Amino acid sequence: METILSVEHLMISFSQYERGWRKIQLPVIRDLSINIKGHEIVAVVGSSGSGKSLLAHAVMGLLPANASWKGRIAFKGEELTGKRVGELRGRQMVLVPQSVSYLDPLMKVGDQVRRGHKDGISRARSREVLGRYGLGEDTEELYPFQLSGGMTRRVLISTAVMEKPELVIADEPTPGLHISAAKRVLSHFREIADGGAGVLLITHDLELALQVADRIVVFYAGTNVEEAAVSDFQKEERLRHPYTRALYRAMPSHGFEVQPGAQPYVKDLPVGCPYGPRCPIADQGCMEEIEYRAYEGGMVKCRKAGT
Amino acid sequence: MRLEAENISFQYDNGNRKILNNVSMGLEQEERVGITAPSGFGKTTFCKILAGYELPDSGRVLLDKKPLSAYGAYCPVQMVWQHPELSVNPKLKMREVIKEGDGVEERIIRGLGIEPDWMNRYPGELSGGELQRFCIARALGGQTRFLLADEISTMLDLITQSQIWNFLLEEVKRRKMGLLVVSHSGELLERVCTRIVDLKEEISIWT
Repeated sequence: METILSVEHLMISFSQYERGWRKIQLPVIRDLSINIKGHEIVAVVGSSGSGKSLLAHAVMGLLPANASWKGRIAFKGEELTGKRVGELRGRQMVLVPQSVSYLDPLMKVGDQVRRGHKDGISRARSREVLGRYGLGEDTEELYPFQLSGGMTRRVLISTAVMEKPELVIADEPTPGLHISAAKRVLSHFREIADGGAGVLLITHDLELALQVADRIVVFYAGTNVEEAAVSDFQKEERLRHPYTRALYRAMPSHGFEVQPGAQPYVKDLPVGCPYGPRCPIADQGCMEEIEYRAYEGGMVKCRKAGT
Repeated sequence: MRLEAENISFQYDNGNRKILNNVSMGLEQEERVGITAPSGFGKTTFCKILAGYELPDSGRVLLDKKPLSAYGAYCPVQMVWQHPELSVNPKLKMREVIKEGDGVEERIIRGLGIEPDWMNRYPGELSGGELQRFCIARALGGQTRFLLADEISTMLDLITQSQIWNFLLEEVKRRKMGLLVVSHSGELLERVCTRIVDLKEEISIWT
C-alpha cells in the first residue's frame, strides 16, 4: 500500500519573549515521526496541551508566524514546500478542525460545504455528502449557531470530503460528544479510510482511538514514545513503553491505577528520556538520548524494551 | 446535610425548547451520584442551578432546607467546570488564582500534584490537565460541603484522570462531602459513584 504521508523527525518551536526583551525558543514538538498509508487510520494519542495539534497544522502549512519547524514532511513521496501545500490543501489533503469556531458564522451550511460554488454539480455533490451523514436538505439552510454539537461535527466532515481527499487529518473530533455520538463520528472516519484515503486522527482519548484506528502512536512530552497495533492493547505485556503501560493500567476498566507525577513542561525537560523521572525502571543509562527503534512489529523509544 | 433540587424547570432566553422540565433530585452528604445523558439534555445547566450560578424559572434549590442565598459570601456548593482554560482569569498568575478559593489547604494542593513552580506561571503556560488541578483545588475550600464535577476529566489523558479522581475520592470521604459527577463515560461513573442517574430516562428523578 502506498504511503500517503510521511513525517520524519519533525521539530516545532515557538519564539517567545521572556521578561520583555529576551527572546527564547520553546521546542513544543522535539522529535516526531509518523507514516500513514492508504486505507489506514493512524491515531496520535497524547495529553492535552502536549502540542499534538501542531502536527496537523505543520502538515497543512497553518503554523502561526512565530513558529518554525525542521524535519521532513512528504505527501506521496514528494516533499511538502509552502507552494505545494497550497496546491494540495483543501483538495488532496484536508483538515477536520477541532471546533465549531472554524465555521464561518455568517454563511449558511450549504454554501459553506460548497465553498460558494452554485453550479448544479456542486449542489448535487454537497447533497450527496450531507445526505451520507444523515443531514437533510433543511440543514443546508441553517447557520452554524443553529447546529448541535454532533451536527457541527458532521458538517465539518462533509466540508472535508467534498473533494474526495487522499489524506484526512482529524484534530480532536470527539470531545464533548456523548459516547454514542462519538462512536458514530469515528465510524465516518472509518468509512473514509475504507474508501482508500489515509486518516490521521489526533486525540487524547485512547479508549476511543482503540475502537477505530489501525495503529496508535503514543506521544509524550514532545516526542513519540511508541507505535503499536491496536491489537497490542489487548494485553499489557504486549505494549512496549512504560508510559503506554501506565496509560493502559489507568483505564477505568483496567484498574484505574494512579501513576504519580506530571508530564514535564517544555522549558524544563529532563535530560535523556522525557519519561525518566516517572519511570519505575529508569536508571543512569536513560539519561542519554534514546533511539526510536523498531521492536516486535512496532516502534519504541525505550532502551529497556526487550531487555 | 442534604442538597435538594425541587421541581426545577429552566429555559434559556433564546427561545429554544425547555431544557429542564420539573426535575427533582436529592443528594446526601457522603453520597456520590453520577449523572449521564446525551449532549443537550441540560447536565451542565443543572449543575449551574445547583451551584447557584443560574436561577431556575420555577422550583428551588435547598441546602439543609435553606436556600443557597442564605449562606452568605461563600457558597458551600462548588462547581468544577469542563473547560479549565475558560474558568481562570488569563491575566492572573496561578498563585493569585488559587487565592480565589476559600483558604485552600496546602495538603490539597500537594495531593493534586500541583508543583510549586506552577504557581509562578500564567494560565496560558499550563496544560489543560495542570489547570484543571488548580480549578479543583480552588473549589475545595474549607467551607465546601458539596462538589459538582461537570465533565472534569474529558480533556485529560488517562493517567491524569485517574490521579485526579483517586485524590478526589479520598478527599470527599475524609471530609464527608457530597459529590455529583457528570460524565459521558459509563466506566468512569461505575468506578467513582455510589449511584447513577440517567437524566434522559428520569425527567423527574428520584427524590
